[in-house]
Amino acid sequence: MSAARDSQARRALSALRHDPPAVAGAVVLLALVVVGTAGRWLAPAGVNDVDVDQMLHPPSWAHPFGTDELGRDVLSRVLVAARVSLEVGVVSVGIALLVGAGIGLVAGYYRGWVDNVLMRGMDVLFAFPVLLLAVAIVAVLGPGLLTAMIAIGVVYTPIFARVTRAGVLSVREQVFVRAAVSIGASDLRIIRRHVLPNIAAPLIVQTSLSLAFAILSEAALSFLGLGIQPPAPAWGRMLFDGRGFVTEAWWLGFFPGAAIFLTVLAFNLVGDALRDVLDPRQLTLGEASRSTT
Amino acid sequence: MTDRPVLAVEELTVTLGTRSGSARAVAGVDWSVHPGRTLALVGESGSGKTMSVLAATGLAPRTARVTGRVRLLGEELTALDPRRRRQLRGRHVGFVFQDPMTSLNPVLTVGRQVTEACEEHLGMSRRQARDRAVELLELVGIPSAARRVDDHPHQFSGGMRQRVVIAMALACDPALLIADEPTTALDVTTQAQIVELVAGLQRRLGTAVVWITHDLGVVAGVADTVAVMYGGRIVEQGPVDAVFAAPGHPYTRALLAARPRPGGAGDDLPAIPGAPPSPLELPAGCAFWPRCPVRGDARCEHELPPLTPVGPDHRVRSFYRTGEDR
Amino acid sequence: MSAEVVAELDDLKVWFPVAGGAVRAVDGVSLRIHPGETLGLVGESGSGKSTTGLALLRLVDPTTGRVRVAGQDVTGWSRRRLRGVRRKVAMVFQDPQASLDPRHTVAASVAEPLVVHRLGGDADARRRRVAELLDLVGLRPELGGRHPHELSGGQRQRVGIARALAGEPDLIVLDEPIASLDLSVQAQIMNLLRRLQRELGLTYLFISHDLAAVEHMSDRVAVMYLGRIVETGSPAQLWQQPAHPYTAALLSAIPEADPAVERHRRRIILAGDIPSPVDPPSGCRFRTRCPSARPDCADTDPGLDPVTGDHRAACLYAGEAVREMRATPTP
Repeated sequence: MSAARDSQARRALSALRHDPPAVAGAVVLLALVVVGTAGRWLAPAGVNDVDVDQMLHPPSWAHPFGTDELGRDVLSRVLVAARVSLEVGVVSVGIALLVGAGIGLVAGYYRGWVDNVLMRGMDVLFAFPVLLLAVAIVAVLGPGLLTAMIAIGVVYTPIFARVTRAGVLSVREQVFVRAAVSIGASDLRIIRRHVLPNIAAPLIVQTSLSLAFAILSEAALSFLGLGIQPPAPAWGRMLFDGRGFVTEAWWLGFFPGAAIFLTVLAFNLVGDALRDVLDPRQLTLGEASRSTT
Repeated sequence: MTDRPVLAVEELTVTLGTRSGSARAVAGVDWSVHPGRTLALVGESGSGKTMSVLAATGLAPRTARVTGRVRLLGEELTALDPRRRRQLRGRHVGFVFQDPMTSLNPVLTVGRQVTEACEEHLGMSRRQARDRAVELLELVGIPSAARRVDDHPHQFSGGMRQRVVIAMALACDPALLIADEPTTALDVTTQAQIVELVAGLQRRLGTAVVWITHDLGVVAGVADTVAVMYGGRIVEQGPVDAVFAAPGHPYTRALLAARPRPGGAGDDLPAIPGAPPSPLELPAGCAFWPRCPVRGDARCEHELPPLTPVGPDHRVRSFYRTGEDR
Repeated sequence: MSAEVVAELDDLKVWFPVAGGAVRAVDGVSLRIHPGETLGLVGESGSGKSTTGLALLRLVDPTTGRVRVAGQDVTGWSRRRLRGVRRKVAMVFQDPQASLDPRHTVAASVAEPLVVHRLGGDADARRRRVAELLDLVGLRPELGGRHPHELSGGQRQRVGIARALAGEPDLIVLDEPIASLDLSVQAQIMNLLRRLQRELGLTYLFISHDLAAVEHMSDRVAVMYLGRIVETGSPAQLWQQPAHPYTAALLSAIPEADPAVERHRRRIILAGDIPSPVDPPSGCRFRTRCPSARPDCADTDPGLDPVTGDHRAACLYAGEAVREMRATPTP
């Protein structure tokens, strides 16, 4: 099976290389990871170095992204905030993936009342407007980074449950699953060896797309003051704080906004490319030659 | 009158661009079909039998490069602009495909679908079209057609659906009917019904038929002339009796021998080793050479045998004529 | 014929509930399969032949009736309990492209039954066994590293057969094993199946709509129509002297690869389609399409009665009806 995965991964990588937007997206993501892990050291100044002589300075050599109303260096804050955005994305989508895929797997594989109960629950979650649900969760658990991550995770769980269930439903009808049952394979084995590898592609794609939306959601929550609490920097929060200065200090909102935009765009580009590459309908050479009757 | 073929192709070649290079799906094919006659194109997967017909009627995929000459009712199709070609095809050629489930639109009534094409080509009113639909459904043997004209495809069985598809193909009184494995998805008893139906309609309407199939039994029943395809080329063609009575190409002979014969149980079948070649990796010489039981000499491997006459209208693409000893 | 029985179905019914009733896919089928034989099961779509095969593997649940395999009545067994018995009955599917996991290598697919049933010893011994199985079905061991899409149709079906052989089953259910293959490859696979049967003493249930292939492969044949077996006997008995009108019609419908024969043949063309299995006709199920049906065919449901020896037919007028049909073929 590892060989199977390897060859698929290799095929995916080689196909991705010939897709310029995907390459651009991947480069941005790579940069984001570097900034996220090393932002603290890359930042030219401390995130909370208040300097009342340097309040609301426009971009200059000393402060390429300008300074905010407390004279803090916006570049440094944007760089350090990358870590928060990445953490929120990875943790919240991780929660959604684990819980959602688990629910979808059980619902799709066992069907019946289990399916009904689980998926109706997901439908209820799904019916709430995303932000309203997140706000409600934050209201119950209290504001803060961890609750924001949990809230966003819960919000995205139904999507993963649905994608997984849809995949499981189609895979479990495949003849090779029936063939595995016919030789006496256990449910656990069938799920692990036959179902999961065959639904990995849509899950990977959904993950990359959800990462983008999770970062946006964090920005929105922080924008509403429900996410990370000041003075810690977060892109959404910075955008929120900059709104009072749109006319006199555009750079306060512009740079964190641009960071969000670039990150989301990069995740979307990579996600789209992955969807194309991992689509099982993509013909391999052998199949292409045989389908030309 | 019967001198002029309804459809004739010459030197037809179809090259498909794929990610792993170009595949020559059809490589220089000549055939023709006359009014009231049936040409059977026989071959296995990858032989180019379907592609040659799609290309001849302008239905090849966009990625395909088609060269050669195609004359439909005397008009050179390759010289026409796509619009005119589409009109000619829509008016004079009817198609029946393998799967009657996917050939019909599930949300339209069969009556609407049957006459959809001729409303455009013959300028019929709704009323006329409906009458014509009933008439056509009766023609193809659908019981109580006047009532069933408003039914949807899922209300018909597989065999009845294929009849609807045939009615659809005949709606504009086409000069040519193209039947691509029309009985493959059907049961034997239904297959027999459809074969009889097409033969009967052909006698009444004088339609020319190109019947694409892999089933030699069906060929024996429906065809006047046969073209056996392998690896994108015709390897044998001729009148059906001559080809079946004295198959000249080792492939034709091997195919005929590989089927279990009634009452011949017990022994191993004379199977053909290997698998049909992919259009991506065709050998330089005779495409059948790697699997050939005769396997003459180095010439077969490197040189393409020409289509050589072995009898009246009977031609075989082989250096070795094996027909005589049968 | 040996009295030993590898597998047995006793008055099996498999009904699938639908709105307003049930699809009676299998509606009272009894059959026995003896060691070393090939029982051919023919029928058209909707006859219930595939469901019968699936019932033998307990891949569908019987509504009533009994399923006996490997000397045990497995009728009410749970999925978990069945797992051990599943080694004893293997299946080869129609479309090897679909029945092999596209993400598993050939070797992994062939080894799966060994892994599941902890057969074949350690990983090394298992590898040797897989190579041996591939060799047995005529595949080079190097193909073990390939994926299904890298093989030809015939090679894929050989992999399916190797996988079925892995657990050394008592019975192999072959569900349309050649239907999706090219003509030139079908003969290869039929020869392979017969060779394996000779060499390993295998027992087959050969399910097919291809009458010529069934005749070629089978020691005994059962013809199914609308969920029932309508006639059973040796291929010679059925092909030379079919006693049930449906068998006769089916045989007369197969086109033969000989234009001279085809031009003058008298087909018995059956009217209409197979009736709905939700609401089968009263009495004899074939009577609605039978050219020689009589009034009492609607009242009496004929049993599978002996014609001669072990040639049996479910027709009140067995033999007579066929002679009558042949005398007056439908135009």
